[in-house]
Amino acid sequence: MSTHPNPQQHQPPVLEARSIAKAFGPVEVLTDISLTIQPGEVHAIIGENGAGKSTLMKLLSGHLQPTRGSVAMDGEDVHLAGPVDAEHRGLVLVHQEILLAPHLTVAQNIFMGRELKRGLMVNDREMNRLAAEAVRKLGADIDPTTPVSRLSIARRQLVQIARALQVPHRVVIFDEPTASLTPIETEALLKVIRNLRDQNVAVLYISHRLPEVAAIADRITVLRDGKLIATRNASELQPVDMAKLMVGRDMSKLYPEREETATRETILEVTNFDVPDYARGASFSLRKGEILGFAGLIGAGRTELLEGIVGLRAGQGQVKLNGKPVRFHGVRDSMAAGIVYLSEDRKGKGLLLAQNLRTNLTLASLEKFTKGPLIERKREEQGLDKAIAEFDIRARRRDLLAGQLSGGNQQKLLLAKMMLLDPSIVIIDEPTRGIDIGTKEQIYKFIADLAKSGKSVIVISSEMQELIGICHRILVMRSSRIVGEVTGEAMTEDEIVVYATGVKTNEAELYAAGSA
Amino acid sequence: MTDTQPTTDARGFARKLADIDMTAVAPFLALAVLFILGALVNPSFIGVDNILNVLTRSSFIAIIAVGATFVISAGGLDLSVGSMAALVAGIMILFLNSAAIDGNLTMLAVGVVVAIGVGAGAGLINGAVTTIGRIEPFIVTLGTMAIYRSVTVWLANGGSIAMKSNDMRNLFRPVYTGTFIGLPIPVWIIIAVGLLGAFILYKTSFGRHVIAVGSNEDVARYSGIHVNRVRAMTYVIQGICVAIAVVVYVPRLGAATTTTGMLWELQAITAVVIGGTALKGGVGRIWGTICGAFMLEIVGNIMVLSNFVSEYLIGAVQGVIIIIAMLVQRTLQRKG
Repeated sequence: MSTHPNPQQHQPPVLEARSIAKAFGPVEVLTDISLTIQPGEVHAIIGENGAGKSTLMKLLSGHLQPTRGSVAMDGEDVHLAGPVDAEHRGLVLVHQEILLAPHLTVAQNIFMGRELKRGLMVNDREMNRLAAEAVRKLGADIDPTTPVSRLSIARRQLVQIARALQVPHRVVIFDEPTASLTPIETEALLKVIRNLRDQNVAVLYISHRLPEVAAIADRITVLRDGKLIATRNASELQPVDMAKLMVGRDMSKLYPEREETATRETILEVTNFDVPDYARGASFSLRKGEILGFAGLIGAGRTELLEGIVGLRAGQGQVKLNGKPVRFHGVRDSMAAGIVYLSEDRKGKGLLLAQNLRTNLTLASLEKFTKGPLIERKREEQGLDKAIAEFDIRARRRDLLAGQLSGGNQQKLLLAKMMLLDPSIVIIDEPTRGIDIGTKEQIYKFIADLAKSGKSVIVISSEMQELIGICHRILVMRSSRIVGEVTGEAMTEDEIVVYATGVKTNEAELYAAGSA
Repeated sequence: MTDTQPTTDARGFARKLADIDMTAVAPFLALAVLFILGALVNPSFIGVDNILNVLTRSSFIAIIAVGATFVISAGGLDLSVGSMAALVAGIMILFLNSAAIDGNLTMLAVGVVVAIGVGAGAGLINGAVTTIGRIEPFIVTLGTMAIYRSVTVWLANGGSIAMKSNDMRNLFRPVYTGTFIGLPIPVWIIIAVGLLGAFILYKTSFGRHVIAVGSNEDVARYSGIHVNRVRAMTYVIQGICVAIAVVVYVPRLGAATTTTGMLWELQAITAVVIGGTALKGGVGRIWGTICGAFMLEIVGNIMVLSNFVSEYLIGAVQGVIIIIAMLVQRTLQRKG
């Protein structure tokens, strides 16, 4: 349906970048970018992490000032003094990060800073009504009096979008809005964007997810290394072509050749495992050399189930490792037993962002680098050398802090950190979230190599394509339960979605399993 | 992706200069500035006797603040150290007065062990309540601050607890007044505590765990670190440091009073913070802390030696210093 090539070409573009460039110190991160956005079009900006997308967005929304070039609105140069100034001109940026006050309600957040008043008092009733309406427009049903802290990340994202759209807007910039959304929520958001377009609003859309871009964009601009590679009509670009332009090479081999590395030997067997509030009666087994996927919507309980199994949160049930019953009281126990868990929350739970690479690398296995109580710095440095080479961690300098690495390099560092524990089972939660395509490919290859070397891997992911691309078998969770298993030919996106959304769950089977 | 090597020596040097972590160096620069200022205000400031005297007097706070560096780097806070010092001093003197063991020297040695035991125990209480009870350390140590102080007042019957035996006093006094190779004993003790503290914090896996817990508790937990154990241990170290400070303090006056250690917690935290340790945790600087304790004492000394600011305003000046230190830290961090 995206046949809106350059609508209303006769109008001046509502927003325009004119040979815009931005340098931080001596480093130029954006060079001579020129692009236009017409009213009533969705213009997508794609590119790998570090390509300069976010910087471009910040320049266009007044958060940053260009070093060269200018921003124009309606054909005339404008100086955007800051985000507030930009908003006054009808330019709204929906941030990628969630910027809400967790203890305030949905309505209070949506109207923060522009509360409706009745006399001296805030008009809560009216704000609640309008907030509910704004959220409903986005295809969600959230009680406006709920504190934001009780919402899932995906719903917080929707509240944030609702908040941004409260400002009278002519141009809306979405910075990776679907990063934490499930397919259904994504679909709802795309509908909202189509609505905006139909109301003649100009939409600038940044995303990693190429199928989504193909579905929504009228025109697509590709950035690579701070330079504009191409601007094309969406109808001329297939996702494969987009990827090729983004990385500058053929990406048809994103996933490694699938090899039947799974043996018959069961290494981990979980029976009737419960994690209060998150998982009920979960049973599954993992074979040596197998890559097992966990699919499901956000909030289905995948992360919590596996965190429960490794002892990161309270859980109950039988866990057998190599046929022997085990019980992990804390994550140290499971690490000692050869199971490692890599959190989806790399920045919050995986790495110490304010510490250097060496400290992060050896944190979980410090005893391997000590003599008595003493840490041997030299061996740590050697370990870092090895990790940098083995995992292709690209750091400008060795003494960088973990927080200064790109998302992809952070993930590689986290992998290196956990692999130092020499595990036989590796659980990776959202292995490629927020990671550029080039690094994704490396991570997939790495996971395949792990399986080839006889280790077992569990991958939790919301990217169904990636699970289908690398897993031998996929379990689907919905509402705290494992509701389906797909293997071989049946591993298709459609098949997973019907399980994940409950369209196909054999309810009778489910009840039988529940009462067993 | 990787940077090219600097092409010229000049650029290499400039980069090296930019590499120096200013937050680590700033306290020492400030100390140097204070020295120059002091010398300008009154030449007698720079005299060896005066300087050694100042260092000796800073020893209580310096020693306690080394412990506080551990607590604060791990993301905690201990407001009870002043009261704890009074309690440890009181119990130590009561023990010495009991003359339970023959031989003054043995008695004294056992007294030191008792003091350290009481300090470690008081610290363990703080650590256990904050971690097991999951209560903000600010609240817990506010509570124990009142408890330790009150118990001391009760033990002293509202007055003071003094060492009875003059022999014992004479035997103990050199720990504060004595010198060894030209340096006062308390200064040696600061050096020893500093060395030991720096060794533990920078060279051992426990020290690494302290920084990890202070940096991000979740990351530490997901990395298999016993977060509670590490946290609690920092409070025990704090308690032991308080006890060591008491061992230096008691021979000075030979008594503990209801006001012993009053406001030491504020001075210790000030020393830690102006020394470059982050109050939110994750960064610990032992030598910066000791430097901070010196600065606090030197400022007081300069004010006494000068005529243009009343020494009654010492507290105000120290307050200004901590705020300036934080502002400097923030600007330096932003640059980096």
